[in-house]
Amino acid sequence: MSSDTFTPGIAPGRLTPESYEAHFADLHPALEPHEALVAADRCYFCHDAPCITACPTEIDIPLFIRQIATGTPDAAAKTILSQNIMGGMCARVCPTEELCEQACVREIAEGKPVLIGQLQRYATDHLQEQGLHPFERAAATGRSIAVVGAGPAGLSCAHRLAMLGHEVVVFDARAKAGGLNEYGIATYKTVDGFAQAEVDWLLKIGGIRIEYGKALGRDLTLDALRKDHDAVFLGLGLGGVNALAAPGADKEGVRDAVGFIADLRQAEDLSQIPVGRDVVVIGGGMTAVDAAVQAKLLGALNVALVYRRGRDRMNASVYEQDLAASKGVRIITHAVPTEIIGNGAVREIVFDYVDDTMQPTGQSLRLAADQVFCAIGQTLEGATLPDLDGRKIKVTGTGRTSVTGVWAGGDCAAGGDDLTVTAVAEGRDAALDIHAQLMRNA
Amino acid sequence: MADLRSEFIGIKSPNPFWLASAPPTDKEYNVRRAFDAGWGGVVWKTLGLDPHVVNVNGARYGAVYGADRRLLGLNNIELITDRPLQTNLDEIKVVKRDYPDRAMIVSLMVPCEEEPWKFILPLVEDTGADGVELNFGCPHGMSERGMGSAVGQVPEYIEMVTRWVKANTRMPVIVKLTPNITDIRKPAEAAMKGGADAVSLINTINSITSVDLDLFAPEPTIDGKGAHGGYCGPAVKPIALNMVAEIARDPTLGQIPISGIGGITTWRDTAEFMALGAGNVQVCTAAMTYGFKIVQEMISGLSDYMDSKGIASVDEIVGRAVPNVTDWQYLNLNYVAKAKINQDLCISCGRCFAACEDTSHQAISMSSDRVFEVIDAECVACNLCVNVCPVENCITMEAMTPDEVDPRTGQRVEAEYANWTTHPNNPAAKAAE
Repeated sequence: MSSDTFTPGIAPGRLTPESYEAHFADLHPALEPHEALVAADRCYFCHDAPCITACPTEIDIPLFIRQIATGTPDAAAKTILSQNIMGGMCARVCPTEELCEQACVREIAEGKPVLIGQLQRYATDHLQEQGLHPFERAAATGRSIAVVGAGPAGLSCAHRLAMLGHEVVVFDARAKAGGLNEYGIATYKTVDGFAQAEVDWLLKIGGIRIEYGKALGRDLTLDALRKDHDAVFLGLGLGGVNALAAPGADKEGVRDAVGFIADLRQAEDLSQIPVGRDVVVIGGGMTAVDAAVQAKLLGALNVALVYRRGRDRMNASVYEQDLAASKGVRIITHAVPTEIIGNGAVREIVFDYVDDTMQPTGQSLRLAADQVFCAIGQTLEGATLPDLDGRKIKVTGTGRTSVTGVWAGGDCAAGGDDLTVTAVAEGRDAALDIHAQLMRNA
Repeated sequence: MADLRSEFIGIKSPNPFWLASAPPTDKEYNVRRAFDAGWGGVVWKTLGLDPHVVNVNGARYGAVYGADRRLLGLNNIELITDRPLQTNLDEIKVVKRDYPDRAMIVSLMVPCEEEPWKFILPLVEDTGADGVELNFGCPHGMSERGMGSAVGQVPEYIEMVTRWVKANTRMPVIVKLTPNITDIRKPAEAAMKGGADAVSLINTINSITSVDLDLFAPEPTIDGKGAHGGYCGPAVKPIALNMVAEIARDPTLGQIPISGIGGITTWRDTAEFMALGAGNVQVCTAAMTYGFKIVQEMISGLSDYMDSKGIASVDEIVGRAVPNVTDWQYLNLNYVAKAKINQDLCISCGRCFAACEDTSHQAISMSSDRVFEVIDAECVACNLCVNVCPVENCITMEAMTPDEVDPRTGQRVEAEYANWTTHPNNPAAKAAE
């Protein structure tokens, strides 16, 4: 079997082994110690710093940067992790250009923010690579909490509860913990098995047991969890994917982008992952970009990312859009898929152009496609959940649901951006509220 | 291009930038490179009597850094030349022969007796050097043997040795002063009484740059021990500027010529030293940090400055700021200023707020959307906000005009000058004698 970028159809092994390695290497290599010091020296140590306000987990950024600058990166890591136990992953995947680094006064002054994300990674890597876990558990409370979902929200909640002295049982439908950190993020953003290493490191706190292959609604019921535990936290994410409504969406070669990204992350050997020669990704969010970029990196000849609205409406950050463009992804906007053509397998896809109000312009577009990825949103799955707010679980500010003793956070809960960092903040805050609630009744 | 030619106590050089007596002027190879790079003169690293000294074989320097490892202060424990006297004399002679338009000064340090001076001075004269500089400043090593700053800290010795030197040579004599004293005017006065043609200052300052917290030893560390060294570089410039000004503005010192030394790194530093009374400048740490090429920036910068000010010769800069150096008691207490924040330039870092709120007068307000404004009713114009602001000219001090009412005091701003000795509210109008 020998294929290259010109091989028609969906084929694995389009590249040389060296190319796979180079294409899927760390997007932002770790800062060397000297680079970290130079970057840290640029921080102004602002008063009541805007970067802190911009961070969903409110990490004390000026303090941790000063700790790096003064040669104590482990102290910096503790500052980060005490607010955000997944500070290592957030340093890699946060859209910092829209959060802390956008708020950085040096971005305002010079258009060059302090490299907050990379400095955060420098500090957290420094600590975690030594295997150090800087937190200890409080005296046992005798309380037990069930956490559904071992993603960022669930693990953040579990860690904080364990720290506070509770016993935690985490249930996850999959075979591994980490949630989207493990299955849903582009490979080049978290290399060398970092997601699992972070989970292992997080669990060093003790008091957390994970049960794999347990899904709510299939293997567990909310009522049973409430009976067996003093509180329940739902961090189950969005398990379903929206399907394409256009005719022909059932043709061979059309699949959801989430599964493609998960396959890439779980692959032992990327050359075994087949990819089309002409790939079309439909959607405008981070998932669409992750799928499009990785299709290109796998050796697809042509990759188009097609979004129904303008670029300013895309959920993917400008940085992500630019990244896609720099890798050779063609971004097409104002186009709605109307038909998928092909005899069994997809061969072409037809779009109608629309204006900013989504009205057809009368023009259309045909793209050659032997593989189509849909990244048009994910949905909450499951029955007998607490009350919903729209399509997600309705929560108060600290994650309380309509059901007594049940909290929720992360992507499955209404409100907040669907970001890792937001999920971590929601899990943490729910844990604090659960603790306060349980101890009040103690 | 302005005319940068300099004549200092009769010694001519194409520009006022000399290299100070220090490692960069230790030998022929370096000095030729310096002259080729454009330096106007050098003070050859201090000669002593044979047998020559032995230097340490470990770290001679320690450093203090600013952001991005920018070297702000350097400490050294190197001694005077560790090469034979004749070797240095031979090299001085050929370099002066090959670069006749450059100033060649020879730094000297011999024991505190007349005979050694009588011995060494004719040897230096024979090289064709333009002058000598007496090293009464080195604060480490040699001072433990009764030389260097051990002489410079005793005005009577300075006067005595200077007199011996003047009696035994026709060359102009510069006396290099140590800052490791309480009143720089005393050694300057002693040099003047001894007949010195000029003083140069400052030499380095006693210092320990840092402590190795694993070894628990001062830096620089030699086999687990450290000794104080001489501190120099940009960090010492304010100390040097003050000492230069103290001498320049003392009428009893007869306007003795001054060669300014201490942290000079740019053309601007040079102009500042000259404005406070230095006839020329000597540079060391900047060259040791960046190499000899920096003189090109110093030449172009000083030239541009002089052109922009319509200054025809470097001598016109010398001493121009001296009349404005005064004592605290003569500062105008009726002058009232207020800080003003330029909102267009402000990047909302809030450092002015933190500084004022935590450590000063609570005279800056912060709104919920991070707008920072001066509260005139509290502002005493201390300037701290200006100093901590990372943006140039974002915060300025604006003088109030007479007859305006100062919202802080409720008093009208007086047009008349009134200082500590005349202000009616001042209980200490008369100094305790």
